[in-house]
Amino acid sequence: MALRELYQEIIVDHGKRPRNFGALTTANHCKSGHNPLCGDKLTIYLHEENGVICDVQFEGSGCAISVASASLMTETIKGKSVADVEQLFALFHGLVTTGVEPAENLGKLAVFAGVAEFPIRVKCATLAWHTLKAALADDQQPVSTE
Amino acid sequence: MNLDHLRHDFPVLQTTNRGKPVVYLDSAASAQKPKHVTQTLSNFYLQDYANIHRGIYELSERATRLYDDARKTAQQFIHAGHPDEIIFTSGTTEGINLIAQTFGRDQWQAGDEVIISEMEHHSNIVPWYLLKQQIGIELKIIPVDDAGNLDREVYQKLFSSRTKLVALTHVSNVLGTINPVKEMIAIAHANNVPVLLDGAQAVPHMPVDVQELDCDFYVFSSHKLYGPTGIGVLYAKKSLLDNMSPWQGGGDMIETVAFDHITFAKGAQKFEAGTPNIAGAIGLQAAIQYMQNIGMQHVYAHEQELLAYATPALLQIKGLRIIGEAKPKVGVISFVMDDIHPHDIGTVLDHEGIAVRAGHHCAMPLMERFKVPATVRVSFGIYNHAADIDKLIDALQLAKRLFQ
Repeated sequence: MALRELYQEIIVDHGKRPRNFGALTTANHCKSGHNPLCGDKLTIYLHEENGVICDVQFEGSGCAISVASASLMTETIKGKSVADVEQLFALFHGLVTTGVEPAENLGKLAVFAGVAEFPIRVKCATLAWHTLKAALADDQQPVSTE
Repeated sequence: MNLDHLRHDFPVLQTTNRGKPVVYLDSAASAQKPKHVTQTLSNFYLQDYANIHRGIYELSERATRLYDDARKTAQQFIHAGHPDEIIFTSGTTEGINLIAQTFGRDQWQAGDEVIISEMEHHSNIVPWYLLKQQIGIELKIIPVDDAGNLDREVYQKLFSSRTKLVALTHVSNVLGTINPVKEMIAIAHANNVPVLLDGAQAVPHMPVDVQELDCDFYVFSSHKLYGPTGIGVLYAKKSLLDNMSPWQGGGDMIETVAFDHITFAKGAQKFEAGTPNIAGAIGLQAAIQYMQNIGMQHVYAHEQELLAYATPALLQIKGLRIIGEAKPKVGVISFVMDDIHPHDIGTVLDHEGIAVRAGHHCAMPLMERFKVPATVRVSFGIYNHAADIDKLIDALQLAKRLFQ
């Protein structure tokens, strides 16, 4: 596999210039995730209403794979239902562990297929998703940025 | 110092990593094994194997003799005064835990203090932290300056009437710094405090003489010294060993056992319960002999040449910053690059066949000190040559282009 297949332009781009970056004042779910192996750290801020992700942002630092994954995740899940997001995580997890694209269209998330060849990096690619799942399970009050 | 002829002794160097010839630059994590070591292990298991210290037959006597010889080889290698001062452990980590839980836990009280440094590996932090939780000792920390040197002025001021031990790394696994341990031991002794040295990163790269250093405890691992995993050495001055309680209880560490009274073996054997890692000790001996054949001075000179070749070549790469520029240092170079996370660098290098370590190197407090989440670390062994460094530099340039 060529390196460019793992580090596709879109991953390098989102790794350097993450979208939806920063704390979200309207968040009603918030969770921090940490990958102690790599030192990747990020916090997911969610505004969820009636089972729909109205808004999502994140902040933190890490390798290109983890930051790009968080950035593309926020772009993908905005406006989706919690049930759809859970389904998407399952598909994404399958993608980065097997490298096989599912029948369902994963959109931009498909760029992470190359991660499967580097098992140690699977944790980087899934950190944002695991943190998102934990945030959804967590019933925290709106997060203050003060 | 050209040691290229040694490369034939390491078959792994003829293999591939992700389809490309292996460039192994991770010897500080663990060194590759020469055929001499694996053949010795194989011969022992196939021709001389039996349990030791108990058989009344010749085969067991042979195995016992080989095991005891291994202890003498280790003793001579680090210039200890007596084989009874050499305890075989599972590695550096066990050696430090043994000291903490026998010498420390036995003899110290709440409020007693241990001096360690900011550049310690977790294996020389956590055992003391556990002791802090168990009996309430305090940790005093020697700071590290921007170049990667220990602050000796602060060190001198850390001693108090409660100081019980200085536990210090001989060589930093991240920065490569060779600490001025002889001088620091003298200062500790002037304060009547014994010193434990973590020699995991020193013993494979330079001559070590524990009597000349006058350290009280010295620990190292076989696997970083081109020997098998699961075996290491704890050196302790005999006067200290005699006053320490046993480590684990079991066979081989006793003289007599009755249900109401037990007497323990003397010397090193008191600390080696159960059937030991016999083959490991014999494999370690083979590794030591292999290194002695090369000569530790030559090993040091060779790796210094690699360090001198690699350092300016790395610094030519724009945006690359080396963490740890102390002098003297061993052939360990940690670095970070602008705009590319160490793990992404590690993956690019991996793809090019190059094995390095990327991460916190089991030294999280040191990462915090230098305000980096992780570094890339390249480390040299006897089998590395300039061509490895050329490939490293090319691959780092590739990483830069990829992330532009």
